[in-house]
Amino acid sequence: MEFFVFVCAALMILLGAVGVIVRKHPVHAALSLVLTLFGVAVLFVAQDAHFLAAVQVIVYAGAIVVLFLFVIMLLGVDRVENLRTEPLSAQRPLAIITCLGLLAVLVAAIVNGNGVLNERGEGINLPDLQNGSDANTVQLAESIFSRYVVAFEVTSVLLVIAVVGTVLLTRKAKSSAK
Amino acid sequence: MISLSLTPTSSWYLILSAVLFAIGTFGVLVRRNPLVMFMCIELMLNAVNLSFVTLARELNDINGQTIVFFVMVVAAAEVVVGLGIIVSIMRNRSAMTVDDLAELKG
Repeated sequence: MEFFVFVCAALMILLGAVGVIVRKHPVHAALSLVLTLFGVAVLFVAQDAHFLAAVQVIVYAGAIVVLFLFVIMLLGVDRVENLRTEPLSAQRPLAIITCLGLLAVLVAAIVNGNGVLNERGEGINLPDLQNGSDANTVQLAESIFSRYVVAFEVTSVLLVIAVVGTVLLTRKAKSSAK
Repeated sequence: MISLSLTPTSSWYLILSAVLFAIGTFGVLVRRNPLVMFMCIELMLNAVNLSFVTLARELNDINGQTIVFFVMVVAAAEVVVGLGIIVSIMRNRSAMTVDDLAELKG
């Protein structure tokens, strides 16, 4: 059963990722991105990270992709991109070589390091839905709001700065243009 | 080595996230549309998130999932600022690829 879930989610992720980089139309690329993000959310559920799966669907597949689509429509850049012509002739083979090398290094590290890491944490509570609350969510909340509460507060400051900065960036200059 | 039984171990998830990261890197290097390059950066961030969650389960440590939460927030802020920059650049010119933005003169 877990094997079946993994294979289906991995197919979703890889098909979506390949779709992002080969589709000419930016809207199609954004919709392929949704497929990938949803597959990652499925794998989060398969690894007992229920809260992160919900956040993944809401924030990524909801907000961020909608933001992408909104910007595509706002700018009117939804024309197809010509993927045949390549301005820099050597770039595409070099990119393939670079990415295959990166993949080889990562897979070699994973295969060689398999079993090196041993359990040392204080444990992850498995989700227990019988008493009405998700134990994984409770444990994650205890971690965020006790040990990492300063980082959490700084995160809220970061979001405010991002919002204000974006409003300033995209505002049309009134008098400085002349 | 990787066991060939039919229950997915942590190595399967880690290799899947490595493949996803490589695909995202390839997209950033090859594509010309800045929006699609941003989507490829999101692919890479998701690959890292997947490996964080996998290692959190492997190491039996909740802090991996906490870091994924913070990575998601930072990714959201990064997308907002990046799309704001793209909008403010592309409003004035009809440039569609990043090659058209090569000159510094505004």
